[in-house]
Amino acid sequence: MLAAIDDAGIMIGRSLRHARRALDTLFIGVLLPVLMLLLFVYVFGGAIAPDGAYLTYVVPGIVLLCAGYGAASAGVPVADDMTTGAIDRFRSLPILRSAVLIGHVTAGLIRNLCSTVLVLAVAFAIGFRPVAGPLDWLLAAAVLTLYILAMSWISVCFGLVASSVESASSFSFVVLFLPYLSSAFVPVETMPTVLRGFAEHQPMTPVIETLRGLMTGTPVAGAAWTAVAWFGGLLIVAYAVATVLYNRRTSR
Amino acid sequence: MGGAVIEVRGLAKSYGAMRVLRDLDMTVPAGSVFALLGPNGAGKTTAVRILATLIRPDAGTAIVAGHDVLREPRRVQRAISLTGQYAAVDELLTGEENLVLLGRLRRLGRRGSRRRAAELLAQFDLVDAGRRLVRTYSGGMRRRLDLAASLVVSPRVLFLDEPTTGLDPRSRQSTWSAVRALAGRGVTVLLTTQYLAEADQLADRIALLDRGEIIAEGTAAELKGQLSGERVELWIGEPAMVDRALAVLSDRPAGAERGALVVPTNGTAAEVRDLLNRLDSAGVAVDRVAVHRPSLDDVFLTMTKG
Repeated sequence: MLAAIDDAGIMIGRSLRHARRALDTLFIGVLLPVLMLLLFVYVFGGAIAPDGAYLTYVVPGIVLLCAGYGAASAGVPVADDMTTGAIDRFRSLPILRSAVLIGHVTAGLIRNLCSTVLVLAVAFAIGFRPVAGPLDWLLAAAVLTLYILAMSWISVCFGLVASSVESASSFSFVVLFLPYLSSAFVPVETMPTVLRGFAEHQPMTPVIETLRGLMTGTPVAGAAWTAVAWFGGLLIVAYAVATVLYNRRTSR
Repeated sequence: MGGAVIEVRGLAKSYGAMRVLRDLDMTVPAGSVFALLGPNGAGKTTAVRILATLIRPDAGTAIVAGHDVLREPRRVQRAISLTGQYAAVDELLTGEENLVLLGRLRRLGRRGSRRRAAELLAQFDLVDAGRRLVRTYSGGMRRRLDLAASLVVSPRVLFLDEPTTGLDPRSRQSTWSAVRALAGRGVTVLLTTQYLAEADQLADRIALLDRGEIIAEGTAAELKGQLSGERVELWIGEPAMVDRALAVLSDRPAGAERGALVVPTNGTAAEVRDLLNRLDSAGVAVDRVAVHRPSLDDVFLTMTKG
């Protein structure tokens, strides 16, 4: 058990080194969310809510979009390992089998949480004033972590079956697109009926409502439990599928 | 030599309708270098992958270093190292970091791993490149690092899957000498190759693998002996004399090829002397004598024909 934790720790170190070296990825991962924030607030914000209240509304959505984008790229280094043969050496070692995957996911999570903090800092600098207390922040971080982990493991599944590094990132599309069809950027009440039905019931909406509630004081109500159920469930399923795929698939 | 370190019985593996390995039997004695020689698609890599616990066979048993690969993969993994067909090194790490990573996964500790990495970098002539990202390495350097990575902890069994494919002659030589040095220290090496010269150079025993089956096995000399193809070529100075020479040796299945008499032989000096004496006393002058032994290429091409 201790050895397994050690293995995972060593592999997390490896993946963090990778993250530091792939500066372009790191840069885009941080820059993109900040640009999105500025775009939504200054370009669309005026039209959506002329009084400037849109900043408060949209920050949790941007946080989620940014976290999802980062999480969706977790499969890319996995695909890289699978296609270069590095995986063969790791799999022939007497170590925790999933240590490689845990390394990539955890390093991604750490990178992701850092860029989330940065996005929040920029938001604060341009006038975002959250009402969250320490406990609210903690809960928000926990929900966001759950979201990132679930999305990362789904992405890892894509990375494991992808035939190339490029196709491994196809999952990003879903993650970048789904928040638009939720309450992330506009209230669902403003959408046409069919779309609204989808938006109200897709998993992104409860997680956004939870983050928004914890940060800005809107009612959280049952959203938190729905979010935990959705992403807890997705996490368990994705982790199980990834483990099976990893044990089965070998590189060429 | 001690007992068998690798013991394979009836190993079979199919992918869909394609039977990659059928009924493979193989015994590798401790401390020997054993070559699996075969063309692309013969099943060499599949065999190595099963022995290295990467894939499961459909049937058969494989014991590596005293442990069943299916029942006790962990124990097998502790005894083996694998250098796969594609250099399995981490491009985004430096050479040193690659070795330290594996050292730590092999429980050498931080300091121990660093010390071992330094030794290996020196041994494989990578000291100058040690702090550079592997991304910047040449093919030969990658291969050397890959091999070094397999030796972070001295394994009992080392699997080398086509270790010199795509290497230039110099890198090939240095890989060969590294393998010989390991064998000298008692490491059992199972290597796959499609180069006959490589098997001839390195291996104590060679198994010819073709379409998932071992079609011949033995030392290089034994395999060559199986083709009773040793011939002596007698170059006759005067073309006109060739017919007379053939008449002299009419008791032998001799033939003439481009001015030379080709006679099957057992390769002993006595027999060659006898041939020369008989020709000499018949007044046929022989310019040059060449004994042609079949190469592994001949063995290989003959056995895998059709």
